[in-house]
Amino acid sequence: MLYIPCPHCGLRNETEFHYGAEAGVAYPDPNTLSDSEWAEYLYVRANPKGWLSERWVHFAGCGRWFNLWRNTITHEIGPAYLPFTKQPKAPGSITGQEGSGK
Amino acid sequence: MSSIRFSFDDKTYQGNHGEPMAAALLRNGLLHITNSTYQGRPRGVMGLGVEEPNALVQLVTGTKESMRPATVIELAEGMAARSLTGVGSLPEDPDEARYDKTNRYVDMLVIGAGLAGLKAADEALRAGREVLLIDDQPGPGGHLRHLGQDLPSPLQDLFKHTNLTYLRRCTATGLYDQNYVVAIERRNEHLGNAAPANRARIRVWHIRAGQVVLATGAFQRPLLFANNDRPGIMLSHAAATYVALYGVKIFRTAVVVTVDNQGYRDALRLHQSGVKVESVYDARPAANGPGVDAAKAAGIPVRFRSTVLDTASNAEGLLQRVTIQYLDTKETFQTDADLLAVSGGWTPVADLATHIGIKPKWSAEHAAFLVNHATETLRTVGMLAGDFGGDDDPAVFFGPTLDAEQARSAFIDLQRDSTLHDLRRAVGAGLSSIEHIKRYTTIGTAHDQGKTSGMLTIGALCQLNAAKEDGKPGLSPADVGTLSFRPPYVPIPFAALAGRERGPLSDPIRVTALHQWHVEQGAVFEDVGQWKRPWYFPRPGEKMEDAVIRECLAAREGVAVMDASTLGKIDIQGPDAAVFLDRIYTNMFSTLPEGQCRYGLMCKADGIVFDDGVTTRLGKNHFLMTTTTGGAARVLAWLEEWLQTEWPELKVYCTSVTEHIATIALVGPKSRQLLQELVTGIDLSKEAFPFMHSRETTVDGLPVRIARISFSGELAFEINVTWGYAHYIWERLWTIGRAYDLTAYGTETMHVLRAEKGYVIIGQDTDGTQTPHDLNMSWIVSKKKEFIGKRSFQLPWLQAAGRQQLVGLLPDNGNDIIPEGAYITSLNAVPDESGKTPHIGFVTSAYYSPVLKRSFALALVAGGLSRMGETVNLPIVRKVLSATICDAVFIDKENLRRD
Ligand SMILES: [Zn+2]
Repeated sequence: MLYIPCPHCGLRNETEFHYGAEAGVAYPDPNTLSDSEWAEYLYVRANPKGWLSERWVHFAGCGRWFNLWRNTITHEIGPAYLPFTKQPKAPGSITGQEGSGK
Repeated sequence: MSSIRFSFDDKTYQGNHGEPMAAALLRNGLLHITNSTYQGRPRGVMGLGVEEPNALVQLVTGTKESMRPATVIELAEGMAARSLTGVGSLPEDPDEARYDKTNRYVDMLVIGAGLAGLKAADEALRAGREVLLIDDQPGPGGHLRHLGQDLPSPLQDLFKHTNLTYLRRCTATGLYDQNYVVAIERRNEHLGNAAPANRARIRVWHIRAGQVVLATGAFQRPLLFANNDRPGIMLSHAAATYVALYGVKIFRTAVVVTVDNQGYRDALRLHQSGVKVESVYDARPAANGPGVDAAKAAGIPVRFRSTVLDTASNAEGLLQRVTIQYLDTKETFQTDADLLAVSGGWTPVADLATHIGIKPKWSAEHAAFLVNHATETLRTVGMLAGDFGGDDDPAVFFGPTLDAEQARSAFIDLQRDSTLHDLRRAVGAGLSSIEHIKRYTTIGTAHDQGKTSGMLTIGALCQLNAAKEDGKPGLSPADVGTLSFRPPYVPIPFAALAGRERGPLSDPIRVTALHQWHVEQGAVFEDVGQWKRPWYFPRPGEKMEDAVIRECLAAREGVAVMDASTLGKIDIQGPDAAVFLDRIYTNMFSTLPEGQCRYGLMCKADGIVFDDGVTTRLGKNHFLMTTTTGGAARVLAWLEEWLQTEWPELKVYCTSVTEHIATIALVGPKSRQLLQELVTGIDLSKEAFPFMHSRETTVDGLPVRIARISFSGELAFEINVTWGYAHYIWERLWTIGRAYDLTAYGTETMHVLRAEKGYVIIGQDTDGTQTPHDLNMSWIVSKKKEFIGKRSFQLPWLQAAGRQQLVGLLPDNGNDIIPEGAYITSLNAVPDESGKTPHIGFVTSAYYSPVLKRSFALALVAGGLSRMGETVNLPIVRKVLSATICDAVFIDKENLRRD
C-alpha cells in the first residue's frame, strides 16, 4: 500500500486516496477542437513506464486534489505539489531497485 | 515442560505443553500421519515449521481451523486435531473467537528473531531507535531454539529495552510498497482451553516502518529421488531436532544423505541421541570443517560421491530400505534404515523481498538464491543475505539422474503429488518458463506455496538442461530464475482479516431519522447502498404484490407518504454558485428564480448521463442540490474535482447535508388538503404555490421547507425539516392523516409510480452509455450555454443511428411481468452463424401497474424512439414473451394530475 504525502495532511495510507490519472491535462476549449482532438482529451492519458505526475485526491482526509510524482514501475513516490503551482522536476530513481513489472 | 493429553484422529496421546504437535505425534510412534491428496500414498512429518508439506491437520477443539501444519501447532491440554489429506473443510458452526487488528508506526521493523535479526535490533536500539521485532516462533533464537541453546548473553538483555516491542507467534505475511507490512499474531491457540475468551485469537498488524530488516532465515530443502515421500524420510535438521530436542525415540537406524556440512552436524546429533547412523552419504567428493571432523571423530562412517537413488517400505508403508548410488560408477547397493535424513542445502526465505519486486540472485557458492539488499529503507541480513554463519560448503546438487519409471515416484511437491515425471511432461509439452511450468504442473500452488518444492523445480529444470558432452553449456539456477512469491507468506484465516467487521458490523448501516417508526410498522427493508430503506409496508396477511398495489392506489387516489430522507443533498453557496451549476447541469440554473426548484441532469465530459435530481434556489447565492440516493458521494466529489482542478477562480462552496435534512414526500390528490391542516400561514393552492416552487414556513414553531416536487406525477409536496425534528413532524402528519387514510409506502411503490410516468432512474434505466438524447430528454439540453459534456454530443458515435434509446414496453399479455434485464429481439431476427440471435436491447424496469391494471416496462432499444408500435420478442427461460414498443410515459401524458 502506497504511503502518499498529502500536501495538507502529510503521509497517509493509499486507502484514503482516489486516483485521478495524469496530471496537467487542462480542460481544453471544446469548440476549437476537432472530433478526434476532443476524443483524445476524453479518452487518452499518458501511461509511461517510469515517472509520471498524477492527480490524487485525499477523499477520506482533507478532500483536496493535488499532484504527485510516482514511478509506475518501482512505486517510488516523488514530490507532491498543488494544482496551478510550478511542477517540480521528475525525481531520479531513489533506490535503484529493479522492478519486476508484475 | 508439563505433560498434557491431546487427541489425534480420536485417539488420546501424551505430549508436552508447548511442544510442536508433530514432535508429540512422532514420539507416540505416528510416522504415517495421513495419505496424500491425489495418489493416496502414506505420508508423515517431513519438516520443522511452515514449510511442512505433509502433516496437515484440522483442529477440532476451539476454533476449528483447517489446513494447519502439525509442525507449527503448540500443544496444550485438551487439544484435539484430525489428519487431513490435503483438503480442508469449513466447520458448520460459526467461529465464536475474537479477531482484531491494529496499526503500528515504528522506526525499524525487524522480521525474524534469529541471531541476525536480534543483532540488527540490538544495534538499532543502541542507536536510540524504536524497534518492532516480530517472529513466528514461540520464542527468540531461530535455529538456536532447534538446538536447545540459549541466546548469547549480550543479546538476552535486548528484551529489557523499553524501545523494543517483541511479538512472538507473529508472522509477516506480506511486504508492500513504502515499507508497509501485514503480520498476523496468533495469541490464543497455544493456551488451549486456558485461553481467555475475551482475548483476540489472532491479531492482524498493519505496520509502517521507517526501515525494514529482513532476517527471515532459511528452510532446509529436500532432494529429488525415487520414492522420496515415505514416512521416515525427513529433512535432516528436522529429524535431528525431533530426536535430540523433543526426545523422539522411535528411530533405530538412520541413513543421512547430504550435499553440505549440515548433514554431518545432524548426523552427530542423531548419533549422540542414540540413533545408529549407518553412514553419511555425501554427494561431494570431499568435505572439511568442524562439523565433518566431529562426526568422523564420533565414528560415523562417511561415503563421498554418493547419494540416495530410491527407497523401499515395509508392509505398513513406512521406510525400510534405502538404495544408495555412487555417482561416478553408478553402482548401487541397499541398506536398511527406518530414518532417512536428507540435507539438500538451504533455501533462504526470499518471499517478502519478492513481494515488492526484488529479484533474488543465484549464488553457486551458497547453492542458493540470495537477496543482498541494503538501502536506507530496506536491509537483508543473515542467511537471506548469504551469511550462513558456518562451514556449510554446499554442492549445487538436487538429486541423482532418474529414469522414466523412477521419475514417477520422485515427488517435487508432496502436497500436490506433483512428480518429476509431471515436470518432464510439462517441458515436453513445450513449456520452458518456470512460471508456466508451475501452472501446468500445479507445483508450488498448495498451502505451503512451494516452500520446499520451488528449488527442487529449479534443480530439476537444470538437470533436464544439463551441459552436453559436445560442450554445449547447461542451464544453471541463475538462468532458470526463481518463482515470484505473492502474499500471504502463510495462509491467513478470513476471520482474521474480517476482524470485528462481521455481521451487522461488516458494512456501515445508514438509517434515517424515521427508521424506528418503519421498524415498528413492520416495514420490509431493502438495502440501497448502505441505507436501509422501507421496501413496502405489508399489512397482516398481505403479500408484497398486495401491499404494493394498495400503496400505489393510495398515492394515485388518496394520500400516501414516504420517507425520502436518503436523497443525496448538497448545499451549494457562493457568489459564483449559479455560474457553476450552469456548467455542471445540461440545463440552465442561473435563470432560476429564488424560491423555485428545477430538475437537472448532469453528464460527464464524454456526454454520458451521470446523475440527476431537483435543485432549489434558496437565495441569490444559495442552492440546495439533491442527487440520487446512491450518487450523493460521487456527485459531491465530481463538483469538488471541477472546482479545485479546473475552475479555482469560482467562489463556490459545497457541503454534504444529506443527514442534516430529512425529506418527507406527501403524495396524492388529497395531499394538499392534509398538508393544509399541518402547516398554517401559507396558501397551498395551485395559484399561490405553483408546481416546482418552494416555501419556508413553520409547524408548531419548527422551521420547515415545503416544495411542490413530484416523482410520481401526482399532486405532491416535499416536507424538508432538520433531521432531529423529522420524527415529530412525521407523527404530527400521522395524527392528522388518520382521517385521510394516510398510507405509508416504500421504494417498490415509488418505483412503480415513477415508471408509470416514464421517469428514469440513472443506473437502473441507464447502463453508463446513454446521453440525454438517448433518454428522450433532448428538452433538457441547453443550446445557449457551455456545460460539461456538451461538446461530446457532436461526436459521430453519439449521434449514430441505432443507439439504444429509452422506450416503454407493453407486454401483449398484460399479466406478463418481464424479468428486468431480459433481452429484446426483433420478430424477424434469425440466428447468426454461431447460433446466437442478435438482440436489439433489454428491459430496464418492469412492474404491474394497479392503475393500468396490466404490466408494463421500460427498456433500452436500438433506435427505439423510431420503432413505436413495433412488436418485439423477449426470449426468457423456456418461453418467448412478446410486447409492443410505446412511449415511456404511461399515464397522464399531459401532466394534469400534478396540480
Ligand atoms: Zn489531506
